[in-house]
Amino acid sequence: MKEILELYLAFFKIGAVNFGGGYAMLPLLERDLVETRGWTTTEDLTDYFAIGQCTPGLIALNVATFIGCRRKGIAGAVAATVGFVSAPIVIILLIATFLQGFADLPVVQNAFAGIRVCVCVLIIQAVLRLWNKSVVDKTTLVLYLAVFLMTALSGVLPLAVPAAVLVIISGILGVLIGGLRDGKAGNTTANGKEAEK
Amino acid sequence: MIYLRLFFEFFKTGLFSIGGGLATLPFLYEMSDKTHWFSHADIADMIAISESTPGAIGINMSTYAGFKTAGYPGGVIATLALATPSLIIILIISGFLQKFKDSRHVQHALYGLRPASIAMITAAGLNVAKVALVNIDAFWASRNPGDLFIWKAVLLGILIFAGQKAFPKIHPIAFIALSAAAGILFRFAGV
Repeated sequence: MKEILELYLAFFKIGAVNFGGGYAMLPLLERDLVETRGWTTTEDLTDYFAIGQCTPGLIALNVATFIGCRRKGIAGAVAATVGFVSAPIVIILLIATFLQGFADLPVVQNAFAGIRVCVCVLIIQAVLRLWNKSVVDKTTLVLYLAVFLMTALSGVLPLAVPAAVLVIISGILGVLIGGLRDGKAGNTTANGKEAEK
Repeated sequence: MIYLRLFFEFFKTGLFSIGGGLATLPFLYEMSDKTHWFSHADIADMIAISESTPGAIGINMSTYAGFKTAGYPGGVIATLALATPSLIIILIISGFLQKFKDSRHVQHALYGLRPASIAMITAAGLNVAKVALVNIDAFWASRNPGDLFIWKAVLLGILIFAGQKAFPKIHPIAFIALSAAAGILFRFAGV
């Protein structure tokens, strides 16, 4: 029960300060869950984001569910997800009840213009930390550049490929390229792996 | 009964909107036309509010629409409904991933997925930077390259970057709070 509550509170905190969309939660997850609590690893987080991108539902929710589930099964997944949406629910209900012109207030606009700068720096730093574990050779570098360009230029390209499709294609390419390499590495190793099973 | 309909409509949105919060928008417009629970103007307002509060637009919109339709319980039910499909699907995938994590095919798939994942994170950062650091309208108006960047924002960005490097122990939330303060103090939005 204590661990369930911890999961709820950890995600409550992240949900309360998660400005700027699902990917902006990555630096917060890294700090609170990887470094401080040791609940997950940076590699696992990267995988969750990739999978969360191509499965139904919002990425942030998918990632929260993933981590909760790994920690404490179904109860943990529910605790993490409900924790993540708790603060936004309260904030929106408060705004809807009391503050009709909230987003137009100068102080709010100025504060968030500042926060956006911070979010963008936090995301850049998260990318730099993940780089060595994700872009490990020329193949992954090409994949990175291709997906980045397709996503960043999606507004300009004549044919916008949905992010989910890009992720699925990358996964399939990974399987194909990895399979080819295993084939080249010789039948001995492949046989060895089969024999182990 | 309205609770059940709210749950159903937002469950559907959660199930079919793949990826980021903005992926929920087409479903929200459709829901607005069909149910009249909220107007297109409400959606535009909610985009602005979502940019100025934590939480994804999809989560915020479901809370808001649920509240407008059926009060506080409605706000909670609609938001939980949006999250339910993620919960079910990820629980299934997580079990599968755990079981087959050592499989060569899964390892190969992850080898391809990881660079794609951080490429999308980079693109998301670039999208934020486009709004936070660059003022394309001012540049087009004056054709002066010096107007392309919002210099005080760039300076703040450099300071945060250096600050994080110099004091890695400080929690990101502290930097978020500092940036909000700097934004208010130096009128980052220009209002």
